[in-house]
Amino acid sequence: MDYVLLTEQFLNGFQLGIILFLMAAGLTLVFGIMDLVNLAHGSLFMIGAFVGGTLALLTGSFVIGLLLMIPAMLVIGILVEVTALRTLYPRDHLDQVLATFGLILFFNEAVRLIWGPEGLVVPLPESLDGIVSLGFGITYPVYRIFIIVIGLLVAFGLYLLVSKTRIGMLIRAGASNRTMAGALGVNIPKLFTLVFGIGAVLAGLAGLIITPITQAQIGMGEDVLILAFVVIVIGGIGSIRGAFIASIVTGVIDTLGRSFLDVVLLLFLPANAAESAGPAVSSMLIYILMAAILFFRPQGLFPPKGAG
Amino acid sequence: MGALKNPANLFTALVLLIFALTPVVAPLIGESFYVTVFARIMIWAIAAVSLNLIMGYGGLISFGHAVYLGIGGYTVGILAFHGVTSAWIQWPVGILLSGLIALVFGAISLRTKGVYFIMITLALAQMIFFLSISAERYGSDDGLNILTRSDFGIGFFSLNDKLTMYYTIFAILLASVFVSWRMVNSRFGAVMRAAKSNDTRVQSIGVSTYRYRLTAFVIAGMMCGVAGLLQANLKRFVSPDMMNGHRSGELIFMVVLGGTGTLFGPILGAAAFVLLEEWLSAITIYWHFLFGALLILVVLFWRGGLNGLIDWIGRAAWRKRS
Repeated sequence: MDYVLLTEQFLNGFQLGIILFLMAAGLTLVFGIMDLVNLAHGSLFMIGAFVGGTLALLTGSFVIGLLLMIPAMLVIGILVEVTALRTLYPRDHLDQVLATFGLILFFNEAVRLIWGPEGLVVPLPESLDGIVSLGFGITYPVYRIFIIVIGLLVAFGLYLLVSKTRIGMLIRAGASNRTMAGALGVNIPKLFTLVFGIGAVLAGLAGLIITPITQAQIGMGEDVLILAFVVIVIGGIGSIRGAFIASIVTGVIDTLGRSFLDVVLLLFLPANAAESAGPAVSSMLIYILMAAILFFRPQGLFPPKGAG
Repeated sequence: MGALKNPANLFTALVLLIFALTPVVAPLIGESFYVTVFARIMIWAIAAVSLNLIMGYGGLISFGHAVYLGIGGYTVGILAFHGVTSAWIQWPVGILLSGLIALVFGAISLRTKGVYFIMITLALAQMIFFLSISAERYGSDDGLNILTRSDFGIGFFSLNDKLTMYYTIFAILLASVFVSWRMVNSRFGAVMRAAKSNDTRVQSIGVSTYRYRLTAFVIAGMMCGVAGLLQANLKRFVSPDMMNGHRSGELIFMVVLGGTGTLFGPILGAAAFVLLEEWLSAITIYWHFLFGALLILVVLFWRGGLNGLIDWIGRAAWRKRS
């Protein structure tokens, strides 16, 4: 195993982890505060990609498109929350699962109606199109570094928002005990609309920044959503810190597993067995990790303090 | 015959009668196409009945139940691919494998509750889904054609015969409803329902609800595995698509549409679902749009499902007459 490839794959995994974090951060707050199962979070990822991508193509600049996408997603998120999700809070999980599953079908078809079935290609912004040398003979695409930097900035911003501001304090209070926070005078419905809006922006951001690599497709959010579920389960519902650590771990393990597991298996399996078992086992790796963590800590690694 | 006084049960008896007569009547009125549609409905109904066992009566919202369709289906597919076509091998292997996987998945996921349970069942099912995609030997995304159907080795009983196939599915559907009825009305079912309404209380009486739930989870998995065996035989094709998250969501919808926690609700739900899908997709290619909207409306405004609706209509009509 040479270290150049290892470093590159490690960075790829880190970048996947960043995307997962942007998804999981919104999800974990929505789960944590309102105890709402939102399967449609993946749709917000997709909508962010299509709306942001269209804005970028219209304005001719990826960065302007990205900046315009933020208020657009905030509005879309708040609209979804006010029109559809608000009535679901007092309902049981089954109703929430079904209604948000209905939202997935609805949004997928809406995107098919508006943008057509073939998806949307958003070119890499020219200024970010290139490869940079990181020393020691390691080269890496500039755009992927851009994703990592954006993700780290957002993570830091979220950390400041949640742990240093008044709104953050309310969010934490809501996450650890919603009823008590409400009894103490916090306007929980309004707080939640805001949190959902922020979650929608983060999901949309994740969808948009991955689009130049993967292009925007219908249903693109669903696989990411399931990975984000794994992340939340590992990290503990309602914990931003847990979501961040679990995202990076999941991203790195998944990526390294896919690229190196067959090499590792070669050490103790015959060549043809290792070759066929490699992809199979590596696609299961993070789920095995999740099962193992659940076995020892059913609440995840970092459950918020005081959550029951 | 007291059960037939209940309007919903009367309606279900009518639906079952329609199932029983379709292969005879449909060709006479020139709609042979519906024989296959009804066969599909009944297979979905078996799967929905199995999900209802844990979700309707036990309150366990498994968002990964379609995975057992895939396990059953791929057992037929992979064994047939390697030349093992005997049903006496394929079917027991398929059922045992479904049960074994349900045992492992249940043991992990039942340690958690609520939102965690939903997410974990979905994630574990997705793991098998990705496994089937990465299995290049068995067709990856493209799926696997099955050249010969399960062979029972009995001269007059062959699944290649359309009628035999149809009535085999019908008989298994009736059997699965019977199993579900016996389970729900036993001591076992009483514990399941009690644990649904208050888990802590049942545990404090001294009953280990985990063991009961795990048993129900395994039985439901095996029953759904049978539906998978049938589906593979009907279509002579399996693909990862038959167990992705959307299928699991649709299964949940069928149960809720029909009436959660009712004996025959899942059958009505499966029938309504498949027929709606047939008709809506004939009207517009954007039928998922209508379907998604319908799903949301059903959840928001219409509790109790079809079973409850028919019950309500029947009772209203009854009252008017007397």
